[in-house]
Amino acid sequence: MAKNRRTVEVALGTSGVDELGRPKRTPLTVSESGGVTTLEPPPALEPELEGEHLLINIGPQHPATHGVLRLVLELDGETVVRCIPHVGYLHCGFEKIGEYRTYNQIIPWTDREDYLNSIGNNVAFALGAERLFGVEVPPRCTVLRVIAMELSRIISHLVWLGTTCIDIGAYTPFLWTFQQRETVYNLLESWVGARLTTTATRVGGMAADIPDGWTDQLQQFIRNFPKTIDEVDKLLTTNGIWVGRTVGIGAMSAEEAVNYGLSGPMVRASGVAYDVRRDFPYLDYETYDFEVPVGTRGDVYDRYLVRMEELRQSTRILQQALDRLPDGPVNSSDHRVILPPKSKAMSDMESMIHHFKQVMEGPRPPVGECYVAVESPKGEKGYYMVSDGTAKPVRWRIRPPSFVNLSAIPKMVEGHLLSDVIAINASIDIVMGEIDR
Amino acid sequence: MSKSFSPTVAGSALPDAPAPATPRQIRYNGGDPNPSLAELRSRFGEAILRSEVVWGETTVYVERSRLHDIVQWLHDDPGQRYDYLSDVTGVEYRDRQIPLQVVWHLRSLPYRRFIRLKVEIARGEPLEVSSVFDIYRGADWLERECYDMFGIVFAGHPDLRRILMWERYAEGYPLRKDFPLRGRFSRSEQLRQALAANPEARYSMEELTIAQAFEDLPEAMRRRLTAGEETGE
Repeated sequence: MAKNRRTVEVALGTSGVDELGRPKRTPLTVSESGGVTTLEPPPALEPELEGEHLLINIGPQHPATHGVLRLVLELDGETVVRCIPHVGYLHCGFEKIGEYRTYNQIIPWTDREDYLNSIGNNVAFALGAERLFGVEVPPRCTVLRVIAMELSRIISHLVWLGTTCIDIGAYTPFLWTFQQRETVYNLLESWVGARLTTTATRVGGMAADIPDGWTDQLQQFIRNFPKTIDEVDKLLTTNGIWVGRTVGIGAMSAEEAVNYGLSGPMVRASGVAYDVRRDFPYLDYETYDFEVPVGTRGDVYDRYLVRMEELRQSTRILQQALDRLPDGPVNSSDHRVILPPKSKAMSDMESMIHHFKQVMEGPRPPVGECYVAVESPKGEKGYYMVSDGTAKPVRWRIRPPSFVNLSAIPKMVEGHLLSDVIAINASIDIVMGEIDR
Repeated sequence: MSKSFSPTVAGSALPDAPAPATPRQIRYNGGDPNPSLAELRSRFGEAILRSEVVWGETTVYVERSRLHDIVQWLHDDPGQRYDYLSDVTGVEYRDRQIPLQVVWHLRSLPYRRFIRLKVEIARGEPLEVSSVFDIYRGADWLERECYDMFGIVFAGHPDLRRILMWERYAEGYPLRKDFPLRGRFSRSEQLRQALAANPEARYSMEELTIAQAFEDLPEAMRRRLTAGEETGE
C-alpha cells in the first residue's frame, strides 16, 4: 500500500441522509489505485478525561428557550445524558381565576394563555361554552370562526418558523414570515379592533361581524401568502445546513408519540395522522377539502415539513371558507346567552332588565360538563368545563398541548448534542403562557 | 417537497371506524352512550358504579381500586384500543357534599371514540388513586399537575412532585375550593418570598448528585447541605 501514490480527498458539508435518517457525513478518505479506504479515527488524546459529567443550566431567562423555560442538562462531553425541565415560572392561575368569572368574562383570559393563537382560543372556548349551554350558532358565525382558526394557525406557524430559523442560525426567513404575520394582524385588527388579545367571540356568536371590504383584503392575503411559503421552502428545505441541523434530531416513533400524548404537528411528524379537525370534527371541518400532512421519521425536519404543509392547507381552507361565507346574522338568537339590541335595551323596560341581568349576573348553563377539543396550532387543545347551574364554572380546565408535548423533551434530547437541544426545543413549538397558565 | 415526505392522508382511524361529523343538536341528557360502556359493564360488573351521557359525552364512574385494571384493559383490548390519554384532572364542587372527582379523558384513535372516566373520593378518604403512568407516558406531567393543584396522590408515579408551583410552596393546593383566590399568605409575605428567590441558583440534591457536582461546591455550603439544609427546588 505504501508504495502506491495516495491522494487525500476532503468532503465538506453533508450530502443527503443515510438509511437511519441521519445526515451522511462523507469521511476523510484515502483514495488509492486499488480502491477507497476509510481512515481510522485518531486515538483519543486524553482518554483519562472520560466520565466527568457536567451540569448545564439553560434558562429561565434565555432567548433560545422561547419563554421562561428552564432546562437542567447533564452533559457527557457535549452529549446530553439527561434533561430535567422546570416549568411554572409564568404560572398565574388561569383555571382558578376562571372559577370566579362568568363564561363571557373568561374569554379575555383565553387570549393570554397561548398568545400566538388567541383568536383560536376564543373560538375554542366559545364552542365549549355553547356545548354547555346547548346553543347553536348561525352558519355565518361558523364559517367566520373557521376563518379565525385558520388565520391564527397561520400566525402561530409563522412565528414558529421565524424563531426556529433564528435558533438554528438563519435570520432571513424570520423577516419574511413576520412580514406576512403583520398582514394577518392587520386583518384581525380591522375585524375585532385588537391585534394580539383579540377576545373575538362571545358565547353564542362573535364580538363583531367582519367590516366591509374585509373579504377582499383576505383574498389578497390568500393570493400573496403562498409566495412567502415558497420562498422559505426554497431557502430551507434542501439547504445543507438546515438539513444537517434537523434531520435525525429528536426523533419519536409513532407508538412513542401517541403514548407520550403528543398532538398536533408533533404527532403527525411521527406518522400518526391524528388531527382533531379530521378525527373529532367541529365547525363543519369534515366538509372542507384539506389534507393532513404526515411525516415518516418524526424528527425536527419532519416537523418543519408538516408545519410548512399545514400553512398551505390552511390557505386552502381559508379560500374555501371565503367562497362559502353565507349572509345572515353572526349571533345566535338564543336569549339565554345573547344581549338584546342596544336600541331596545335603552327604550324597552323588559329588554333593559334582560340586559342588566345578562351583564351583571351572567347566563346560567344547566348542570353538566363537557370537554371540547380543537386542533390548535400546537395540537389538541381541550377545554373541560363543569357547571353546577350557577353563572360561573365550577371547573374550567385547559388541556394544554404544549405542556404535554414539552413533557417528552427528556426523551427527545437524550443522546443528542447540546446544540441539538435548542433545535429540538424549538421544534416542539412551545408557548410558555399556555404551559404555565 | 422532499421525497422522504409521505403522501398526505386523512385521519388516523381504521377504515371501518364511523365517519366523523360535527356534532349537532346534541341532547342535554341521554343519547347514545359510547359502545365501550356495555363491554365495560359486562367485563368489570360492579366496578362500574354508574354512567351518564351528558351533552353527548359518556362519563363512567368507576371503583377506585379497579381504575388501573380498567384503563389497562381499555388500552390493551383489541376491540377498544384507547391509546391516547387526553387529560387527567380533578374537579371539586362548591357544594361540599359532592365528593372530589378525578377525571381521565381517553381517546381511541383507531375507533374514534372518546370516554371520560371518573373516580369519586368522598370527604375524609385519603386523596389517592393509582397512576396510569405505566400505561401512558403522557400521564407524567398531567398527574404531577393534578397533584400540584389538588393534592391528589397518584400511587405508582415515579416522580410525583410539584410542577407549576415550586417544590417548597407552603400555601397548599391552589385549585381546592378552600384555597382563597389570593393565596393563604399575605401579599407582603408572597412578595418577600418572590424577591428572595433566585430561580437560576436552585438545584435539587438529585441534580447535584447526577452531575457529581457536590464535591465542587464551596466547603461551607457542603457542610450546610450535609447538616440537612434543603436546596429549594
